[in-house]
Order: sequence, then structure tokens, then C-alpha cells
Amino acid sequence: MHIIVLIKQVPEMDKVLFDSEKGRIDRKSAGVEVNPFDLNALETAVAIKEQTGAEISVLSMGPNRAEEALKEAVARGADNAYLLSDQKFAGADTIATSASLAAAVETIGAYDLIIAGEMSVDGDTAQVGPQTAEFLNINHAAYVSELISLNESEITIKTSLWQANYSKSFSYPLLITVTKDINTPRLPSFKAKLKARKAEVKNLTLADIKEKLKIDKVGFKGSPTWVDNIVVPAEISRKTKVFSEEEKESAYHKIKEILIEKNLMED
Amino acid sequence: MAAKKELLILAEYSQNKIHPVVFELLNKGQKLAEKADLNLSVLLLLPKKIDFSELIAHGADKVYYMEDPVFANPDEFIYKENILSFLAKAQIEIVLTGATNFGRSLAPRIAAGLKTGLTADCTALDIDEAGNLIQIRPAFSENILAHIKSDSRPQMATIRYQEFKKGTADRSRQGEIIALETKIKDNPNLKDIKKLSDREINIAEADIIVAGGSGVKNGEDFKLLKELADLLGGQLAASRDVVDAGLIAKEYQVGYSGQRVKPKLYFAFGISGAPQHLAGMKEAETIVAVNTDPSAPIFNLADYGIVADLYQVIPELIEMLKN
Ligand SMILES: Cc1cc2nc3c(=O)[nH]c(=O)nc-3n(C[C@H](O)[C@H](O)[C@H](O)COP(=O)(O)OP(=O)(O)OC[C@H]3O[C@@H](n4cnc5c(N)ncnc54)[C@H](O)[C@@H]3O)c2cc1C
Repeated sequence: MHIIVLIKQVPEMDKVLFDSEKGRIDRKSAGVEVNPFDLNALETAVAIKEQTGAEISVLSMGPNRAEEALKEAVARGADNAYLLSDQKFAGADTIATSASLAAAVETIGAYDLIIAGEMSVDGDTAQVGPQTAEFLNINHAAYVSELISLNESEITIKTSLWQANYSKSFSYPLLITVTKDINTPRLPSFKAKLKARKAEVKNLTLADIKEKLKIDKVGFKGSPTWVDNIVVPAEISRKTKVFSEEEKESAYHKIKEILIEKNLMED
Repeated sequence: MAAKKELLILAEYSQNKIHPVVFELLNKGQKLAEKADLNLSVLLLLPKKIDFSELIAHGADKVYYMEDPVFANPDEFIYKENILSFLAKAQIEIVLTGATNFGRSLAPRIAAGLKTGLTADCTALDIDEAGNLIQIRPAFSENILAHIKSDSRPQMATIRYQEFKKGTADRSRQGEIIALETKIKDNPNLKDIKKLSDREINIAEADIIVAGGSGVKNGEDFKLLKELADLLGGQLAASRDVVDAGLIAKEYQVGYSGQRVKPKLYFAFGISGAPQHLAGMKEAETIVAVNTDPSAPIFNLADYGIVADLYQVIPELIEMLKN
């Protein structure tokens, strides 16, 4: 069984600054890390590997420094690492990104399962997983919170759709996007980290995947959406009555009044 | 004269009803369609035909539907195949759909199938002078709104439930109801699909919400907030930080990447008031915030603020309510 995990290197969101002129985040303003949801995706793959002996490949599209994210994935249990990197991929929206990732997946070769995080914390769209599945013309399951069972020919997962929980069983190939509920990612051992430093990351460029690509152009030029304008919204505020610690009792009375006024008191 | 092009609302039919976000999108869609000179239509895929008059009363000029037992289950693959076969022939300028889990899973497939742009979780929409859709969403961690446009057609966007308001019904409106053929009924890769349980937590429609943030130190302490919520007949909720920290499940998350809520009364305990949190609860009728930090931004949005420790305030509130 061959599993491909999609990994994105993201800025540390609590530190990163926004470049209002370019309408983009200033990636240089903060450090980077593996998108937290992707660690759950990788952990899912590693758990399957422990159970079945599956082979795990990790794939990331990004600048050269995303190599670090891939090495971390190797330390956490991935066998092969692929970095899809080319100047021409810059400025890609979700369509251009997923078309490029899908072409890279097909270049890597045969696979059974693709696992991605529910979303990335910087883009926050949750679109790349399902769109990659569409470009590969395979089934996908999003919001996977549990792997119910798995064998050589079938996989059963739990997902949350239509305000309910569903179980779905699929034959391969399949792409899933996983939520944080699926597992708690383990930390890599020191030994594994040392070994991963020397791991080979295979580079894929536009030329390598071009034949499999289903869109004409990649990067910004291959992106149907663009940021046309950036607007600072009007500050939302209300007139606030603030009670200090000493005035707590009057605050409680006020709350009681509100409850009665709004008819929210239980009889 | 050529027929008018359309603004299409891709409707979710789940739990044996039309998801309420559809009526909110119809209200918004009416204004956008008028500005862009488009017809407003709805597409529904459902296991058994229902009365569609509510959709027309709320603004739909046309209701397209596909009726087939295969639509009794949320199978994105079957849905997208049939929707793509319809869209290939239709004259659609704009597609809007609710950002429910199913909508957020299905819409990207449709967009990729059409190689067209899709903007997730728009908080506002408008039409520019040239008739293009302006897709507005907050950009990243700061309080900035990105205005996004697409150069492909249809232009697509998802919108969270309760982002827009539902309009009033006009029963005198006339509309067309059009049956479509379900072309694809089989998904050979899906071996089985079963509903396990309904999701009971529904914070979106609660009248009273008791929300906790990072001021709540551990999962166990949420019981305190739950006790207060129960006493008030309200719902427990949370900020993203405590969800991410694993103290409480994602269904409880209020905010930009969680649920939009519009309760009559919203309690924010130990929540700082980041723009992404406010995006989810700014429409609450009355907001009461409890925070130890008098400079916390939540105090700008709250109607009533108490500068105090939530661990003192909650037991005292519970005590008062019990008497
Ligand atoms: C793309 C994106 C999407 C996001 N979406 C969401 C979202 O949907 N929802 C969301 O909530 N956030 C969201 N966030 C995160 C958001 O930016 C904030 O990080 C988050 O809301 C902060 O949570 P908090 O207020 O609980 O924690 P903090 O900001 O850490 O605030 C904790 C507060 O508790 C107070 N406090 C501490 N102890 C006590 C005590 N004993 N009693 C009373 N008060 C106390 C502190 O003074 C502080 O103000 C998003 C961020 C990004 C980048």
C-alpha cells in the first residue's frame, strides 16, 4: 500500500504580519512550521504504516525552505519526500495549487490513499484537498475524524456531513482530509530527527510534472482568482458599560434584568 | 433577445429539509442578481420532490431539481458529477453555496471540475461596475478584508450559515420549476454509506450562549460553564484557541472559521476578542464579557463588561440563578 501525505509549510500564524500593499502575508515576518492539521494527516498515515507496512511519501509544494517541513515529516515516519518547487508556481490560488499537486501525485506514481489536513491555517479555505481529488478524478472524504477500519482493498472512515455523522466505505484510490479529532500527533524521537536531517528530498519542477498537468498555466497566471483590493473594515464597537471587580453584584443584577427583559428566565 | 444569464444557488437538502442558509443566500442573491442583471435560480438534488414554493416566495426565478434516491446520502462524487453535467450546459455567471461541511466539501470539486475560481467563507459580496462578483473575506490574522475577483465563469463563493439575513416571503411571486434528469447514479468506489448519529450540538440557533476562551484553564473547567449554560437553558461554546488546545470539540467553535451565532444573549468568559472571534458573534443582541484584563478588545464590543476572574464570577452567577 502506498500513501501520499500532502504537507504545507505555513508561517507561524500568531507572529506573522500582513503586507497590506501586496494583499498578502509577509512570509518573512515570522518563522515557519508544518501546518498543524497536516501533522494529523501524517500521524494517520504512520498509524496505517504500523498496522500494514504501508509506504509513505510526503509531498509539498513550496519554496526551497519547505524542505525542512518534509524532513520533519521523514523524522515522524515518512519514507520518501518530494518537494514540488519552481518559481513559476508562485502566487498560486487553490485551483492552480491543487492542479499542480495532482500532476505531481501522478508523476510520483501509483498510490492507494492520499491524506491531507482539513485545511491550512494560513489559507483557511479547506479547498485544496477536495480539488486535488477532482483533478485526479478520484473520490474524496472530507472532515474525517476517525478511521473505522482498513484493509488491502477497502477503507471505512467516519465523517461529519449534513449535521450528522456518517460512516463511508471506499475502495482505493481515495483522498481524505482529516480533522484534529482523528489523533494526537506523536513527537519524533531524537534519533529519528538526526537521521531525517540526512534524508534525501527529491525535487520536482514544472518541467517534471508538465505532461500530467490539467491546466494551461500554473502559479499566479494559472489562478482564476486574485486579490483586487484590500480594505480596512470599520471598527465594530458598542457602547460598553464596564463593571469593576467591586461592582460585580450590580453586574449580576443587570444580567438578571436582561434575562427577564428578554424573557429568557426558565420558570 | 438572448435569455438572461443566472446567479445559481446550489442548495443543500439535508435532514429532510432545505438548509436554512439557502434562504439567506436567496435574500442576498436577489440584490446581487438585480445589480448584475441576472436571473436568480436554485439547484436542488434530493431523494423525493418537495413543495418548492418557499424558494420562489423568497426570490427564486427558477428552481431546478434532480430527484433520485441516490441523493438520500451525502456522496460528493455523485453530486458533483450530476451538478457538473448540468453546469456544462447552463448559462451561469455566479454560483453561491452555503459553507456547511457538505458545501465546503462539494463546492471545491465543482470549481476544480470547471477550472474556475472559488472563494471560501465570504463575509460580504458585491457587484462591481462591470458586473463582476466581488468576493469579500477577511485576510489572515489581521483585521483586513480582501476583495477577491475571478476571471473565469462561473464565479463561485461559499458563505457561512447566518452570515446574511433571511428575507421576507412574497407569496405572490411567480417562478419556474424545472425537472432535470439525474445522469449519474452510480459511484463504483463507494461501497457503503451509513448515517451513524445526528449531531446534537447546534450552537448556531441558540438563544443564550455561554462561551469560554483561553481564560478557561482546562477541559474539566468547561463543566462550570456548562452548568451555567444548562441553568440558563443555553448552549456552551468556545473560542478557537481552546478548540485547538483540545479542551473542547470543534462543533463548539464560534468565529470566522467556526460558527456564526446570533443569540439574544452571549457570554464571553476569558475570551480576548480577536477579530476572528468577533466575526462569529458580533450580531448577538446583548454581549456580556468577563475578563481579568481591562484592556481586552472584547470590552469594545460587549454591552456589559465585568473586569474580574471568571472562576469567581461563574459560581456566583450560578448561585444567584439558583435562588
Ligand atoms: C485564519 C484564522 C481563523 C480564525 N478563526 C477563529 C475562530 O473561528 N474563532 C476564534 O475564536 N478564533 C479564531 N482565530 C483565532 C483568533 O485570532 C484568536 O487567536 C483566538 O480567538 C483567541 O482565543 P481566546 O480569546 O480564547 O484566547 P486569548 O486571546 O489568549 O485570550 C484569553 C483571554 O482570557 C483572559 N483571561 C485569562 N484568565 C482569565 C480568568 N481567570 N478570568 C477571566 N479572563 C481571563 C485574558 O485576559 C485574555 O483576554 C482564527 C485565527 C486565524 C488566523
